[in-house]
Amino acid sequence: MADPVLDLRHVTMQFGGVVAVDNLSMHIDNQEIVALIGPNGAGKTTAFNCITGVYTPTNGQVYYEGNLIVSNQPQGKMRQMYAGTHKEYSKEIVVNTPDRITKMGLARTFQNIRLFKTQTVFENVLIATHLHKTSNLFTATLRLNHKEETQMRAHALSMLEAVGLLDVKDELATSLPYGMQRRLEIARALATKPRLLLLDEPAAGMNPQETEALGKFIVDIQKRFELTIFLIEHHMDLVMDISDRIYVIDFGRQIATGVPEEIQGNPDVITAYLGVYEE
Amino acid sequence: MLLSAFCKIAQAKRLSVYVLLISTLFVGVYILENTVGANSMLMMVLKKGAIYALVAVAMNLLNGFTGLFSLGQSGFMLIGANIYAIFTIETGNRAQVYQYYGGGIIQFTLPTLVSIILGGLVAAFFAFLIGLPVLRLKSDYLAIATLGFAEIIRAIFQYDGLGPITNGSNLLRKFVVFETALFPFAVAGACILLIALMIHSTYGRAFKAIRDDEIAAEAMGINLFRHKQMSFVISSFFAGIGGALLAMYQTTVQAKAFTAAMTYEILLIVVIGGMGSISGSILASFLFVAASEWWLRFLDNVTVIGTFKVPLMRSGFRMVVFSVIIMAVVLFYRQGIMGDKELSLHRLGARFTRKKGGADHG
Repeated sequence: MADPVLDLRHVTMQFGGVVAVDNLSMHIDNQEIVALIGPNGAGKTTAFNCITGVYTPTNGQVYYEGNLIVSNQPQGKMRQMYAGTHKEYSKEIVVNTPDRITKMGLARTFQNIRLFKTQTVFENVLIATHLHKTSNLFTATLRLNHKEETQMRAHALSMLEAVGLLDVKDELATSLPYGMQRRLEIARALATKPRLLLLDEPAAGMNPQETEALGKFIVDIQKRFELTIFLIEHHMDLVMDISDRIYVIDFGRQIATGVPEEIQGNPDVITAYLGVYEE
Repeated sequence: MLLSAFCKIAQAKRLSVYVLLISTLFVGVYILENTVGANSMLMMVLKKGAIYALVAVAMNLLNGFTGLFSLGQSGFMLIGANIYAIFTIETGNRAQVYQYYGGGIIQFTLPTLVSIILGGLVAAFFAFLIGLPVLRLKSDYLAIATLGFAEIIRAIFQYDGLGPITNGSNLLRKFVVFETALFPFAVAGACILLIALMIHSTYGRAFKAIRDDEIAAEAMGINLFRHKQMSFVISSFFAGIGGALLAMYQTTVQAKAFTAAMTYEILLIVVIGGMGSISGSILASFLFVAASEWWLRFLDNVTVIGTFKVPLMRSGFRMVVFSVIIMAVVLFYRQGIMGDKELSLHRLGARFTRKKGGADHG
């Protein structure tokens, strides 16, 4: 069997004395839509940041398409302080910055929208084509790369078309309504030509109708670009609707995993979300 | 097919308009120079304005387009100016210029253009070295560190031990200077054109992305450090070239003159012109130079009207008024003259036609 697209092994992230993500192991297969859910402060975004290189995990490894992209072991003072449940340290140390991880084919969006504020919708997407350039500073300045430049522009336009933002391409990115800004962020991530798309709360701040439309949109782009999608989400309707599998974490630990039906009936998950009734 | 042909024609038309404008500018400068005289105040202002425009655009590339608040500009200009001067002093004059250092150790001269470019390259090389530690800092800390490095560069060039090369803190003179104002216009114009082309290339877009949101830019696969380094080195290269031109303009060079105050002057031009606007920087530098060297000069003279002696007007008052003007600009006109927009023929044309339309209605 082929390697899973993303494979986390015992990923632990500790900030000082707080273990934000504890011994998280999970895998995502090709062209799956997998959701990571959990109550507020469960460590979902931290897990995301460990995968995308924003943080280097304290311990554990991340494999992408069979290649080790992130690996670390507790070092220095952290060795004494280490409080993760997985006591075996990883052997190698592999650190990658977010830009290199994006180049490998993992693109992400942000929980709080991060668009390039002074630029138009089109320019926002066009920037995301920069990483695949073959021109250098001189050929780009002297316009010897106009063939590539044309391709970049065409690619950016096709991405805008795919998310239905072609009509507003010359508007300032921040002047768009909220839902469109979300789509633009996804278009921008798609323009980096990813194979794995990580969505950090794509439906945050959306009403039920918008959320439903977003769900359809995510499934649509998954099929269209043959993507593997990993998302964090709070809207249970959306998650149950579109995910093939779900991982649930609470206080950094994985408490359940399975298909949506299994998760819905899982007593641990219900306890984590609603608390325990006390006499 | 037809559409692309149309685009090409439109592009060619626009290009020819620009070529026409630029050649008009050069012819204009040439005619002016031959009518009002090369050493008139107007020509001095135009020459210095062109040089400051280049330095301001270079600084805008870093501060306005990449969002790196650096204050090292005068240091890199100093490098350019000194390197240029050192390599163009005629061998016969070296004994006289380097009188305290036995004629110096460099006993050859390089062609003018080669020396200018060498000045830029040495400035760029220093920027590369300084950038390695400094560009890991952010905002205010970066400003402080670059300011410090600019002072260090000045100290190095004034250092007695390097006297045989740099002439220490003494004046460098008798090097090749330009005869006509067309020279600084041509060099500065070519450099600004290169910067503008780069800003509108994919690299320029990456710089702007870093300015707008570093985290998002990095998530889009842009290597932050490499691109910051690139912007810093390019900016310093052109600052070095600007420094070389300034040396030619002044006809003498002394390291002492390249203080932090010079950086602030250029920063002011950038802010007044608009952070992130090339045409704004160019406009502002001519305005700034004209105001500080010419239009406000009268404030420095004691003026007596009849028997009434105008109060406050004495040497140095010009700078007080100048500071007030600048404060007013920064307070009430925060975006500068151009904001982050560019002066374009298209927009200018649209504006005129709109105004005409409005008049018809009225």
